[in-house]
This record gives sequence, C-alpha cells and structure tokens, in this order.
Amino acid sequence: MAPDSPVIVSAAALVRSRRRAAFADFVRRFRRDRLAVTGLVVLVGFGLMALLAPWVVDQDGLSAVASLDNPTWAGPGGEFLMGTDHLGRSVAAQFVQGSRVSLFVGLMSTVLTIAIGSVVGIVAGFFGRWTDSVLMRLTDWFLVIPFLPLAIVLASVLGRGIWNIIFVIAITSWPSTARLVRSQVLTVKERLYVDRARALGATQVHVIRRHVLPNVAPLILASATLAVPISILTETTLAFLGLGDPTQASWGKTLEEAFQAGAISRGAWWYYLPAGLGIVAVVLAFTLFGRALEEILDPRLRDR
Amino acid sequence: MSVLELRDLSVTYRTESGDVPAVRGVNLTIADGDTLGLAGESGCGKSTIAGAVLRLLPASTRVEGQVLLGGEDVYAMNPGRLRAVRWTSAAVVFQGALHSLNPVHRVGAQIEEAIRIHGLGDAAGARRRAGELLERVGIPASRASRYPHQMSGGQRQRVLIALALACDPKLLIADEPTTALDVMVQAQVLDLLAELQRDHGLAMLFITHDLSVLTHACRRLAVMYAGRIVEEGAAGEVFADPQHPYSRALASAFPTIGDPASRMRPSGLAGDPPDPSALPSGCPFHPRCSLAVDACDTTDVQLRSAGVDRSAACVHVGPS
Amino acid sequence: MRARGTIVTDRSAAVVSIRGAQVRFGTGIAPVRAVDGVDLELGRGEVLALVGESGCGKTTLIRAVIGLEPLSGGSIEVEGRPVTRQARSLRDLRRRVQMIFQDPSGALNPRHTIYEAVAEGLRIHKVPGNEGELVVAALASAGLRPPERYLGRYPHEVSGGQRQRVLIAAAMALEPAVLLADEPVASLDASIRGEILALMRSFVDDHGVSIVAVTHDLGLAWNIADRVAVMYLGRIVEIGPTEEVLADPQHPYTRALLSVVPETRRMEQQILQGETPDPSRIPAGCRFHPRCPLVASGEAARLGIEARCRGEDPVLTSRSDGHSAACHA
Repeated sequence: MAPDSPVIVSAAALVRSRRRAAFADFVRRFRRDRLAVTGLVVLVGFGLMALLAPWVVDQDGLSAVASLDNPTWAGPGGEFLMGTDHLGRSVAAQFVQGSRVSLFVGLMSTVLTIAIGSVVGIVAGFFGRWTDSVLMRLTDWFLVIPFLPLAIVLASVLGRGIWNIIFVIAITSWPSTARLVRSQVLTVKERLYVDRARALGATQVHVIRRHVLPNVAPLILASATLAVPISILTETTLAFLGLGDPTQASWGKTLEEAFQAGAISRGAWWYYLPAGLGIVAVVLAFTLFGRALEEILDPRLRDR
Repeated sequence: MSVLELRDLSVTYRTESGDVPAVRGVNLTIADGDTLGLAGESGCGKSTIAGAVLRLLPASTRVEGQVLLGGEDVYAMNPGRLRAVRWTSAAVVFQGALHSLNPVHRVGAQIEEAIRIHGLGDAAGARRRAGELLERVGIPASRASRYPHQMSGGQRQRVLIALALACDPKLLIADEPTTALDVMVQAQVLDLLAELQRDHGLAMLFITHDLSVLTHACRRLAVMYAGRIVEEGAAGEVFADPQHPYSRALASAFPTIGDPASRMRPSGLAGDPPDPSALPSGCPFHPRCSLAVDACDTTDVQLRSAGVDRSAACVHVGPS
Repeated sequence: MRARGTIVTDRSAAVVSIRGAQVRFGTGIAPVRAVDGVDLELGRGEVLALVGESGCGKTTLIRAVIGLEPLSGGSIEVEGRPVTRQARSLRDLRRRVQMIFQDPSGALNPRHTIYEAVAEGLRIHKVPGNEGELVVAALASAGLRPPERYLGRYPHEVSGGQRQRVLIAAAMALEPAVLLADEPVASLDASIRGEILALMRSFVDDHGVSIVAVTHDLGLAWNIADRVAVMYLGRIVEIGPTEEVLADPQHPYTRALLSVVPETRRMEQQILQGETPDPSRIPAGCRFHPRCPLVASGEAARLGIEARCRGEDPVLTSRSDGHSAACHA
C-alpha cells in the first residue's frame, strides 16, 4: 500500500511526487533485469563516443589525402590502435566517426517514423469510420512499398545523402507503428473510463489528451526503442549497397569499402570486424533495453 | 463416511510481498448427498477452498491440514491417483464467464473431452453421453456443436454444470455459479441444481456471497470471514437467527421486500472486508463490529457452540 | 431536509421528462430496438428504481438521458432543456446530469490518481473555486475520511467500495441535479452495500438530487427508491410507488420477478422459461406474451384476453393512484 500522502499543498506537487514515485518504481524494476542494464550501459558508451567524436577523432585519420604517408593494411598495434585500411586511413578514427552517422540516422529516422505513425494511428483509431478507413488504406499503400527499390530511386533522383536514407526508412517504417498505435487506441477507446470522461462532459481533445495518450505513450516509447536498431541495420544495409552518403563515414560505408577493397580475402579482419561488431553491439543493446522497457511499460503485462 | 472432510485446513499463498493466509484452520464435513453452503465476501477464502479440494491451487501455495475426499487425503495422493480422482469424485462448477469454457472448442467437444480423459467412453459413447448431459441440464443436444460465445450466460452456466456431471461425481462444488446472471436465469440454474441434487443424490458445496440464495439451496450453511468459519448451522436457522454479528450483517444486507423495517433503511457495515495480508489483531471482525468489547481486539475467538448443531465464533455466544 | 421514509416527491416540476423515447441500434431488417417507446418523468428529489433484466433497455435509456446514446425517436428533456447532439449543449447537460457506472474499477483510469479522477470533472467544466478544496470536500462528503489520505492514491490501491465512493464524489462534486446510477452496488461486497445506498439516499435528502438507479435488484428499490419502473424489452411494463408495485404487482412479469427474488417473503416461485429475450426480435402483440405465466397456464384464455395478448400491444393503464401497468389482464 502506498504511504499516506502528506496534506497536499497543490495538485502540481501531488503529481510531481507521484511521478517521482513511479519513476523510482520503474528504475527498481529495470535494475533487476541485468541484460537490460548491460544494454543501457553499452548504449550510453556508444552514445558518448558518438557525441565526443569531433574532439576525439583525429580528422586527418579520416582523410585519404592526409593518410598518404601511413602504412596501408597495417594491423592493429603501435600508432594505429585498430590498424589502417587500404588507403592508410586509421580504422579507429573511422569507427568512432562512423558511429555518429549510424546513430544519428537510426535515431532520426525513428523519430520521424514514430511521429508520423503515432499521429496517423491515434487519429485513425480514435475518430474511426471514414477517417479510419481512409487512413488505413493509406497505411496499407505505404506498407507494401519495398524499401530497397525506393532507396535506389531516391538515390538516383535526389542524389545520395543521409537525409535520403532517413526518409526512406521513415516512409517504409511508419505504417507498422501506425497499426500498432491504432490497435492500442481502439482498445483504450472502449474502456469504461473513457465513457465516464464523456459523461463528465469531456471534449474529444480532452479524452485524447488525458486518457488515450497516457495509455498509448508507453507503447510508443517501447516500440520506438525497438525501432531504432532496425533503422540502424537498414542504414547499414543501404550504405553497404553504396546508396549512402559517400562523403560521410558510417559503419555501413566502412563495411562496403572493406568489402570492395577485398579485406576479407586479404584476411584484414581489423578493417571490417570493428564496424560489424559495433553494429551488432548497438543493435543488441537497443533490443535488450527496448524489450525490458516494453515489459515494464506494457499495460497488458501490468496487472493493475 | 463423508464425501468431503476438511480438517484444520490452512492455505497460504506466497507472493512477492510475503505470505498471505487465505484460509486459516477450517473444519468442514459434507455427508453423502448433503448440501452445504459457504457464504462470504471477497478475501474470505471461500474460492480458495473450492480450489483446494481438487488441488487446483498454484504450486507455490502452502497447504496444511487435510482434505479428505471420500476418506482419502487429496494432498497425500500421488499424481496418478489425483488425476483419476479429479472430476470423478468431485467436480467444480465455476462462474460461467466466457473464459471458463475454452472459446475455440465447441461445447459438446469440451464435455466429451472430460469423458474421454477418464476413459469412460469411446468417441461415439462420449458424444452420446455429452448429448444426454446437455439434455439433462435443459439444453437441446443439437446445441453441442455451438461455441461458447454463441450461447447466453445462462446457457453457458448450464454447460458448465453438464461438464461437471460428465464423470458422475459424488460431490459438486459450485463456486459463485449464479453471480453474473439475471435473477430469472439465476432462479432457473438454482432450480436445476436442486433437481440434479435430488435425482442423483449429489452432495453439494455451494459457494457464494448471497446468503439468501443459500437458504433455499442448502441444508446447512457456514459463513466465512477472514479465512475462518465464523458461524455454522442449519441454513434456515442461521439466516433467520444469526448468532455472529457478521452473519447478521450479511443476512440483512439484502432486505426482505415488504419488511417495513428495511424500507428506506439500507443496512450494512462500515469499513471493508479485511485484507488477508493485513488482518486485524484478535477477532478479525472487531473493527467493524458494533458489539465489540475490550477483549475482542486481543482474543482470537474460535468456534463455540451456540445451540443444537450450531456454532459461532464470537465472545457473546455460548454459555457465559 | 425531508425525514427518511416519507415519500414526498415534487412531480409538478419534473427534472427529467422522457416522451416516447426510442433507441435503435443497427439498421436493416432487424434493428435492435433497445428502447422502444418509453414515457417517464422524474421529479425533484425523487429516487426512481429502473428494474429489469439484461436486454430490457434500462442502461440504454439512462445513457440516452446523458447523451451517450443518440435517440432514434421521441424526446428527453432535462430541466426543461432538450437533450440534443450538439457539443455545447451536451456539455451543459453533463453539468446537470451525472452518471455512476457499474464497474468502479473499469470506470477509473488506472493511471490517474484519485485526486485527478475527482478533479477531472471540475476542470472540464471550469468550476470556480480552489480545486484542491473542492476535491477534498467531495471526497469527505462521499465518506472517504480523512480525504487527504486518498488524494495521491491510485485506484488499484483502494478497495472496490472506496473506488465507488470516489466515483460518487467525482459526480457529486459538480453538484448535479440528476444522478444516474447504473447498478451502483452490484459489483460490491454485500456488507458494504448498505453504506453506499445510504450515502446515495443522503444526497437526496441533503441536496435534493434526483436519482435514477438502474438495477436488477428489487431489494435496492425497497431500500432507497420512491418509485419503481419495471422494464421489459424496451418498454416500461409497470410503474408506481415502490410499496405498491412490490407489494401488489399488477403485471405478470413483475410478479414473476418478485417470486424468484430470494428475499421476498411470500409467493410461490414462478420461474419463467426460456432466455431473456432478444431486443432485435420483439414478439408481436404484448411483447411478454411468449413467456407470460397467464398465457402459459391458460388463465389468459379463461379471462378471454388471450387473443389480445397475442395481437395487441398493451399500453400503460392506471391501476391506482400513480400506479400503472401495461397488461390486458
């Protein structure tokens, strides 16, 4: 049972204290999941790395021109912690720098996906009837667009670049988020407390704001956390296929270059392994973190 | 020999936040063909008893005392004997909500399943018997091919009764069988249960929160509160002249229509039924009792004689 | 304040006026006629029990009064103003009419604290005054004392009875003229039923609220209602002062209902056969005739009314002062 609340000072203070308690409860439950905590640590690590990259990375190490004097295909050790690539560039520099693009694209495209998907899902689910039919047909239309041909088309029409990748991912991912959100909204809409809010005189907006959104938000958050790794993998794929931004380092691009330069047949594992492992680590970390989040926040799993 | 005997039964659930004593030392006997009503509200432990008889409680539950079904201790049986005994010696009729029946199987098939599991018939025989059972409970045999959601609440309840009778048990445990039903359908189901009881000599343990239903359906009645029996006796007598203050409150909760004493005068108790994980000291009823005296919050009263074939657990009862 | 037990209703000023109300669901050949022609008036300070089984339309009717179901025909007026579908008029309506739902657990958003649950209505209607004080006062008047202890709690942290009190507090905080209670105590423990009913009755005595209590429990009507209206398949088949209807029922359905209630003192049980009927297939003639004990036992034939029972839909006719029943017998 909750401890007795002190005499209230204001509604706002009450809300704050309950939020703090809810957060503390969340942290407590999260801490119990060792894998999730590991995931979080890994993510924080990579995140810091990506943020500090401009100060940490020696920009010369990225430039082929500046690396002309470096030994090519050098193994790890000595001056180059992770060795050099076929052009003599520092692999370590590319690894750290590349994390920025991978993470940025992953996060940005997820933000767009979630934004579009949530709005469509909430509007379709809540207002129903014609709105729902029209929006769902629209969703279906986007759902079946294959992402690779779209990426190729966009790349050829608009030129290659990070934002193209972000758009491609967002356009092909928002439909599934929309469907997920819509089904949750449909469930919440039928709840008795929504009826009661209407009986109290609430407007549609009020119902959405006070009842639908709070019940849908955790689901959105959890699915967002799981969408990021998918976006990262998608970016990697596109970059590997040469559709990425040729001027920016990214893990996918590193893999592409390594492949093209024949690193695998040369046995130059230090070239492709860091990027590959980096992707695996980040994707795994997000997945573990997202899964734990989903378990804690999913209203169905919570037996209230 | 009695069909069911509970000797000092105690059931404790294990939860994250500690042990919760749901049933605390219950003694109960049902003779062959006899009917006993168990009345109480949420948290009193009555549904736990229903589950305890056939060992249907979660594995982590701690059960102490004995549950003697036809003289055999259910908790001392090996798994094979337990499986054989379940449904053939005693069967349970749960509340007929949609999730008591498997929604993806036809009702006839669910009854047949029970028959086949106990090897009481082959496919054809089981189908025939299922049809007979449905007719017995007032549902045309042709409805055996229906799904649960295609039936009304009353019909589903009857199906559950037919299912319980599938293996000809000697004891029927009905756990809130009429609670979610309309009064007319409730009356139909109660009528059916009474008829079956008469025709088959079934013993019945009828569990509900509605005391007045029990007075017509059962010969004897026991009232539970906070995991204990607080009053026991002949049904009519307990209802007409309750000795325990809680039974009195429960009996007057639903007024007698036509009685001027209750006209515009709803009667009830203050407070709420106690939380089994946080029981009051002494007599668990004392915080809500209008007759509480000093001794009540320190003395945990046991059942004592309150007349011929009557007992109540109250300091005010018995020889003074 | 009116003394308890006296039935004084001021029906000259009807607070709720229902005329020929119809609510139909679905279209096509067999629409569900949930409410099929109901005339009803609720006076100031009056408690009316709306009794019937599932499918009789009682819940649909009160939902129509608060505007949660659209009327397919007829009219409903609350304090002289018609209930329409316009957003603004609905909002004003819902200041004067409040509803208590059957399932107190489902009716409270599990993510909102009790404070927020009670404050919600105040915020929607922008009720003037200090919100905190109003919430505390409402909780106290609903019997949750000390109210401060409940403010920060969530619904799952309190008992079923307390949740219902929270809902009552939230409804009464708006000081409505009419309270519509849908099975207010059906899902609560028997021992606390009395307190909740007494609480509701106290609002009538202290604030002059009018209450419509939808229930299948005739005992509830005996406990708190001034009048009882019995519904069957979308129509009122009997209505009158509680004592009269429950002591001297004029309609065979009412008689049958009373006979199966375990708490009735007398009466041989008349268990009606068959299921509660389907509002999408309303029988011709008197809608009750397929299940009517008078028809089944031949009594109707003896009285010479059987043909009318099968062919003619009876209307409410007055049997005594204020007591009417719709039966050919």
